[in-house]
Amino acid sequence: MSPLSLCLAAILAWLAIGSIGLAVPHRLKFISRVLFPLGAGVGFALAIVALAALRDPASALVLPLGLPDLPFHTRLDALGAFFLAILGLAGAAISLFSAGYFRSSEGTPPGLICFEYHVFLAAMAAVLVADDAYFFMVAWEAMALASYFLVTTEHRIPEIRRAGFLYLLIAHVGAIAILLCFGVLQGGTGDYTFEGMRAANLAGAWPSAAFFLALFGFGAKAGLLPLHVWLPEAHPAAPSPVSALMSGVMLKTAIYGLLRVCFDLLDGQQWWWGVIALSLGLVTALYGVVFAAAQTDMKRLLAYSSIENIGILVAGIGLALLYSAYAKPLLAAIALTAVLYHALNHAFFKSLLFLATGSVLHSTRERSLGKLGGLIHRMPWVAALALVGALASAGLPPLNGFVSEWLLLQAFLFTPTLPQSFVNMLVPLAAAALALAAAIAAYVMVKFYGVIFLGQPREPNLAHAHDAGRHERIALAALAVGCVLLGIFPATVIGVLEPVTVMLAGTPAITEGSGNWLLLAPISGDRASYSPLIVLVVIVVVVLATIGIVHRLWHGRVRRAPPWDCGYPLQTPRMQDTAEGFGQPIRQVFEPFFRVERELPTPFDAAPRYSVKIGDRLWHALYLPIARGAEFAARIVGLLQQGRISVYLTYSFITLLALLFFVR
Amino acid sequence: MTPTGFVSQLLQLVVALALAPLLVGWVNQCRAWLQNKRAPPLALPYRTIHKLFSKDAVVAENASPLCRLTPYVVFGAMCCAAAIVPSLATDLPFAQAADAIALVGLFALARVFIALAAMDIGTAFGTMGARREMFVGFLAEPALLMVLFTASLISGSTSLPTIVETLAHREFAIYPSLAFAGVAFTMVSLAENARIPVDNPSTHLELTMIHEAMLLEYSARHLALIEWASALKLFNYSCIGLALFLPAGIAEAGDWPGIVVAAPILVAKLVAGGFALALIETLSAKMRIFRAPEFLGTAFMLAVLAMLVNLLLGS
Repeated sequence: MSPLSLCLAAILAWLAIGSIGLAVPHRLKFISRVLFPLGAGVGFALAIVALAALRDPASALVLPLGLPDLPFHTRLDALGAFFLAILGLAGAAISLFSAGYFRSSEGTPPGLICFEYHVFLAAMAAVLVADDAYFFMVAWEAMALASYFLVTTEHRIPEIRRAGFLYLLIAHVGAIAILLCFGVLQGGTGDYTFEGMRAANLAGAWPSAAFFLALFGFGAKAGLLPLHVWLPEAHPAAPSPVSALMSGVMLKTAIYGLLRVCFDLLDGQQWWWGVIALSLGLVTALYGVVFAAAQTDMKRLLAYSSIENIGILVAGIGLALLYSAYAKPLLAAIALTAVLYHALNHAFFKSLLFLATGSVLHSTRERSLGKLGGLIHRMPWVAALALVGALASAGLPPLNGFVSEWLLLQAFLFTPTLPQSFVNMLVPLAAAALALAAAIAAYVMVKFYGVIFLGQPREPNLAHAHDAGRHERIALAALAVGCVLLGIFPATVIGVLEPVTVMLAGTPAITEGSGNWLLLAPISGDRASYSPLIVLVVIVVVVLATIGIVHRLWHGRVRRAPPWDCGYPLQTPRMQDTAEGFGQPIRQVFEPFFRVERELPTPFDAAPRYSVKIGDRLWHALYLPIARGAEFAARIVGLLQQGRISVYLTYSFITLLALLFFVR
Repeated sequence: MTPTGFVSQLLQLVVALALAPLLVGWVNQCRAWLQNKRAPPLALPYRTIHKLFSKDAVVAENASPLCRLTPYVVFGAMCCAAAIVPSLATDLPFAQAADAIALVGLFALARVFIALAAMDIGTAFGTMGARREMFVGFLAEPALLMVLFTASLISGSTSLPTIVETLAHREFAIYPSLAFAGVAFTMVSLAENARIPVDNPSTHLELTMIHEAMLLEYSARHLALIEWASALKLFNYSCIGLALFLPAGIAEAGDWPGIVVAAPILVAKLVAGGFALALIETLSAKMRIFRAPEFLGTAFMLAVLAMLVNLLLGS
């Protein structure tokens, strides 16, 4: 069997698992112990097939499904296979976690969740193998709908329904743009297969129109500014494995779409597309990370952090567009490698963090950072594994988040070779913005990890928190190991990515002879090199040697005592920094970003209250006016509706008259 | 990896470990002189470290393993950084494993660990220190990165030995981009090493502490390792500064007589640099914490300006 048919078999298997779940909606034990692990197995198999198919030439298959004249075209090439591998690997771990996660609740019954969940997985896989606009849009919409129903699992809570509606709305606005983008791409030939679009010759401003429609449409799915507002609403509403899947994998399908359109379907990239994508990406990254620092809900914080990462990815795509417009394929390949690598990394560490919040949520029933704390003692496994995710997300060596940031910064540093001095000036500024975003990301992660897992428990009921179950632990450990391995073997991973960069940019990122499996050296060893394994080994050796030497030369005695804290005798958990407190410096420095509503007590208040609300300026400046405008228009149109048959008959009569007058 | 390379690598690490506390002692001594105080002995930091290693470690009751592991990780990261920075020679086989960007990453790793450890016990001062340290860090880190980028744009490489060799072999002149970068780097180093005007290493007023507030719960060997790591950090920053802005005298690859000459030159440069640091600390007053963003923002802008000047003028 060809890899493509194996992928299609995986899609069918997921659909079948989902249907079985639908048949037995209330048998929780069967669903969680059999169906979800089975789904995880399918995901893992899909990942292996996809990784094996990376180096194969593209293969296509026409399915006898769909409309009579419009069969579904499918195709598996390196780009699709790479994203299928992300889907398979992250999906497998998340499914395994779900096996221990979903319980009976007030909301959707488990069988229905199982169905929606597996349809979601299958739809994402279908997006990645689709080879014509029709099948792509069907899969894309199935993905949006399945995830909408998953987000609204707890549909009895009004806020969750509202969050789901916002998500669905923006997903559809984006889908319209994607549809229009495909309409432009087919170039009047009426051939909606991707093959036809590659062959179509777009003239004049049409390629740019297609690019902007794609940027808008896929940006809406990815959470690019100013279409990011659904992420911080939908992620806290969704169950944690669903958040993990949406943030870790679904956002990547948008990145896939953007790469597919920009580098595969379109040709003749313009340099200013790159500048626009680069600036938009960096603004998104900064915006996301600054808001993440101010959040007090752990899943909202991670949602904003996802916005930041999407910004970095889009900035990388912009840089690659810039380089390929100036016909510098090697540099474009480095930027694209950074993008693909970061997509992979983000799938791992963000899934890990979202799943860890799921475990915390299960054991404490608390999402607000202000009511957590000290969980490292009660949940040592989750705490240790989440630390790996937090450090990776903070972009620290030798973990995986650092490698992709390193590559992207390297790609920035090569710019002085560009012919246009304006762009030459812009790119260092972009590098500065990227460095700033990365540094604030570390701040955010210290806040996230420190407030949840470290310190004293802020509420008495946290003393009853328990560690995650076996399935959850295995899933978290698998993702954490993935973060470490992706971090310390970058040269190997980039070797695996090579077919994708060759397909998109025409050349591999690493030239022959520079670097080896141990040493990552993009252009040559003299220019830049990085070997996380050596760094890790040196740090570990120094740590072990120091422990040994100190204990041998002096001693290793330890005494336990109450905390010192400069001798203050009364230490309550309330004296620790809250999430608001920890984010306060960022809020102060970036005050103009936020819309802050403060309520300060006066000294004479009998019951002093302090409250502060952090709002999104864009929500008030952009979304509310649009919503008001839409409501106003609807009211005007609503005047037509009188509810009396005679009025409607008059309308018909007037219409007829008008038609007679104009058409004749 | 050549044997000479390995030996010079090891030699340099040992020199860094040995000289770092001495540099701190020297700065303290100079500062005391400048402030008309009786100076502590030069070797006091060594004695403090030895004394701390001999004591029993007292660990807070609710401390997690993270708290006990952190001093070792921070020390390890700083040793790793000391092995990359070309202080004596540019012939460093290990420098291939981590370039300038990774060096900044190593500093960030140490900072994140120490901030997490400060939050671990859950005291008011610990979390306050962690918050402020990360606050200073998120502004200082990109500025440092921009300074290093300026240098790497000049040399077309982010590997530190290559940067230093390029800078050392240019004809002597004042390069505007490097001048901007030098000012920015000095400001960043002051902030990163918890020096006046951002922080005060000898403060005893809890509310003004940044770095010290994070260490309140540490004692004995843990404190010794962190103090040593801080000294190494100061040493590393000084060596980066000297390598970028005064690269003369650093030995080249395989140049044994060069290394013999390089050692006294390095000591002389550090003596002068330490005195300058003490002078800056004496002449300036500590700022309020919320003035720090202006200070570090200026450093960041200067560093970005340095990069733009470099691109515009090509020098």
